[in-house]
Amino acid sequence: MGTDVSWLIGGPQGSGVESAANIFSRVCASVGYSVYGKREFYSNIKGEHSYFAVRVADRIIRSNVSGVTVMVSYDAETIFRHAIDMAQGGDVLYDSALDDVSTGDVRTLDGPFRARLEERLSSAGRPCTVPGALAEAAAAGASVVPVQFGALLERLAEEAGNPRLKGMKRMFNVLGVSLSLGLMRAPRGPLEDAIGAIFAKKPQVAELNKLAARIAYGRGEEIDSPCGPLAGAEKATRTMLVQGHQGTAIGKMVCGCRMQPYYPITPASDESVYLESNQILSVRGHRPGSSLVVQTEDEICAIGMAIGGALAGARSATCTSGPGFSLMAEMLGWAGINEVPLVVTLYQRSGPSTGLPTRHGQDDLLFAVHAGHGEFPRMVYASGDVEESFYDTGRCFNYAEKYQLPVIHMMDKLIASSVTTCPRFDPSRVSVRRGKLLREVPPTEGGYRRFARAEDGVSPRSVLGLENGIFWNTGDESDERGHITEDPVVRAEMMDKRLMKEGRILEEVPKEEQVASYGVRGHTVVCWGSAKGPALDAISMLKEEDGVDVGLVQVKLLWPFPAALLGSLLEDASVIIDVEANQTGQLGALMRQGLGRDPDHYISKYTGRAITCTELLGALRRIVSGKAGKREVLVHGA
Amino acid sequence: MHNDWCPGCGDFGIVSAMQMALAEMGLPRHRTVLFSGIGCSGKTSHFVNVYGIHTLHGRVLTFAQGAKLANPGLTVLAAGGDGDGLGIGAGHFVAAGRRNVDMTYIIFDNGVYGLTKGQASPTLKLGEKTKSLPSPNTNYAVNPIGLAVASGFTFVARGYAYDVRHLKDLIVAAVRHRGLAFLDVLQPCPTYNDINTRDWYAGAGCGPEQGGEGEREAAARHSRIYKLEDTDYDPEVHFSEESEVNARLSQALVKSLEWGDRIPTGVFYRNEIITPYEGRITDAIPNYAENPPAAQRIAGPGLTGTEPSTDVSALLDSLEI
Repeated sequence: MGTDVSWLIGGPQGSGVESAANIFSRVCASVGYSVYGKREFYSNIKGEHSYFAVRVADRIIRSNVSGVTVMVSYDAETIFRHAIDMAQGGDVLYDSALDDVSTGDVRTLDGPFRARLEERLSSAGRPCTVPGALAEAAAAGASVVPVQFGALLERLAEEAGNPRLKGMKRMFNVLGVSLSLGLMRAPRGPLEDAIGAIFAKKPQVAELNKLAARIAYGRGEEIDSPCGPLAGAEKATRTMLVQGHQGTAIGKMVCGCRMQPYYPITPASDESVYLESNQILSVRGHRPGSSLVVQTEDEICAIGMAIGGALAGARSATCTSGPGFSLMAEMLGWAGINEVPLVVTLYQRSGPSTGLPTRHGQDDLLFAVHAGHGEFPRMVYASGDVEESFYDTGRCFNYAEKYQLPVIHMMDKLIASSVTTCPRFDPSRVSVRRGKLLREVPPTEGGYRRFARAEDGVSPRSVLGLENGIFWNTGDESDERGHITEDPVVRAEMMDKRLMKEGRILEEVPKEEQVASYGVRGHTVVCWGSAKGPALDAISMLKEEDGVDVGLVQVKLLWPFPAALLGSLLEDASVIIDVEANQTGQLGALMRQGLGRDPDHYISKYTGRAITCTELLGALRRIVSGKAGKREVLVHGA
Repeated sequence: MHNDWCPGCGDFGIVSAMQMALAEMGLPRHRTVLFSGIGCSGKTSHFVNVYGIHTLHGRVLTFAQGAKLANPGLTVLAAGGDGDGLGIGAGHFVAAGRRNVDMTYIIFDNGVYGLTKGQASPTLKLGEKTKSLPSPNTNYAVNPIGLAVASGFTFVARGYAYDVRHLKDLIVAAVRHRGLAFLDVLQPCPTYNDINTRDWYAGAGCGPEQGGEGEREAAARHSRIYKLEDTDYDPEVHFSEESEVNARLSQALVKSLEWGDRIPTGVFYRNEIITPYEGRITDAIPNYAENPPAAQRIAGPGLTGTEPSTDVSALLDSLEI
């Protein structure tokens, strides 16, 4: 068995958990490991518990596991929340100054969790204190390693010649990550490089952190541990360490999206902020380009502006999450009836309403499919991970322009808050296909007709500002020129013109862009979006550990729903297992409707936490061995 | 497309004034876009022979700003009703004022929701009971001029639908203004607003022997309406000092409260010293004016090539590990 480490750091929001996780991820990625990390946080700015779980392995991994191998905890809450999830043979590195803390001392430990924990500790005969929780970790087979974080700070103060540093608890994050890297005997050089890269803009801070890192690393090395060594793995060429929002953002830059109005919302706004931070674009053989990112007053304005930009001929998009998308529904219909090429990147989170605003969920599939009143064509397209999202973004814009309709690109919080290694994006694999976009309009008798009848339902598209290309748009039904009509015959013709696009999409979009098949077996998993990661990991574990071969089909085109294609693909699957991060099994609903086939099992998770490959493996084992019910509900994670 | 407004509707005067203004300015038709909201006024974009985008209730400014920002070479006008812009769309109204994109917004202000049969709109005064209201209006009215001034519109004016020549001049001035111009157009609705009728605006109810000075003046003018330019009112912000700006803003706000016997029309406030939104974009994107979103080369070779032209290699290098 090679390297497969699940590392976790936790702390109050604002204490540098994310920086520490970035350092850890960079170090591991730079020595050749495959890295998959995800951030969990409350809807809160400072003080509530946040944590980062990073899995590192010497083969490609795409999800988190249940169980922590190495935990870094410099606050009591991290211990209370995660000590009960330690894996056998793991290590808990914790600040021994916390030994006096009991559950009642931690204000942010919310009632229901505290009650469950206290019940568990009491029934095991343990005190409701940090040592009590750590005893649970020890009972699970983990080593508990007390470290005096204060003493490390004192040494730092001494070596830096600055007594004030003794009280610098802000350094705990860097001390913690460095301790753990020392414990796992990771190479030292990459640690200092990572710190240098992360604090590149603040050289003095970088130097101080490097000194802290050296001190803590040295302390970590003194600890005997079965975890590690993280000596390094064979490094794949041209690997990137990317964050979840970067796939769609860089995808938009490459495929020519030049306008993105947006309204701030978790977990979608990181993408817009990243676009704006990199808004000046280098263009080969041409003057520099730019992404115009506009922060609007609400999501309605965001999509309205994006439509305005699209009418003017710019590739335009907006990016939002469920609540924002709800507000956009009316506009979506306007774009549909006026055949506007528009991309809405939808980073789902748990609903309904505000729901779990910073947590994961795949709740909005059916909403995306049905959003807006009336009948109009749309595409709903879902990416399974960051790498896919880069290439899919270009596709979504091409679909939008080829078929002149709104495309909803489904992403989710799990992808958004993940940090992962992946092969460097290859822009040469992206093409820009603008469909029937007119660059000039010849003068014709009777004038240009924006919605001229067309065999494929798609009329040549003029844009605002084009000579001879004047057209009208209206949210009412319209004639070929775009003027209001209530004529019953024209109405029916226009409805047919628009809705025939859905049939053509199913015929014309390459099959592998509609559905990604990783092999169909007797038992086959169907999934969409980020459930792909744990599903792929779980079926490969099932094969390695049990010798059981389970198939996997990932549906990417969710609307129009590729029922016929999926039906024929699944012909040889006797047992279909739907895996989704929602309560009702929304892909399953589309399958019932489209294929007339109900998945035999539904594996659902709707706690707001991502599916781990470990718990999914467990559910698959129960299904394969015939011990499962129709519905398997997963609940792992704090 | 034929026009289906009610006979005698004030909208006819507004659309005529628009057409006259566009003709007078000699704007190329294909460089001009008229956006409209929902309601009777929403149909305006179908009655003018320029690009016409009939949008959604309350949302006209969102579409219009998007198009203008994507292609700042366009002349953009937006039109809509008072319910559309000051009721359901009031949030966008305020936000657009803060942004100050270089375009013109015209509100057809008649105090009622015409197309849904005459419910009270945000500009109908408290206690007024127009023809189809079951009971008198229970809300206070919004002050469109005051709201525009407070929101940051940099050209704020009022016209009257039946004074077409004056309205045309105001539209020309609004379109030529560098920044976001707002034009509140008093527009009698002959079908549903039986209070603020054409006769009412013409001074009906005001007699030389009646009431106070305002009423006597209105009777002499045969109109409640008068033009600010006929008085010594100066709407212009002349220099960039807070005291000057504040003086003009408060003057406009006070003037906007006049109603009844004396209803001012003309320009209430004009500030060309403030940089339009486009200028602020240029601070971040130096070549925005020459190379805005709609003009950018995104693929090659040539006009129809499919290879992306954007070079993100530096960004990808920085992510490589």
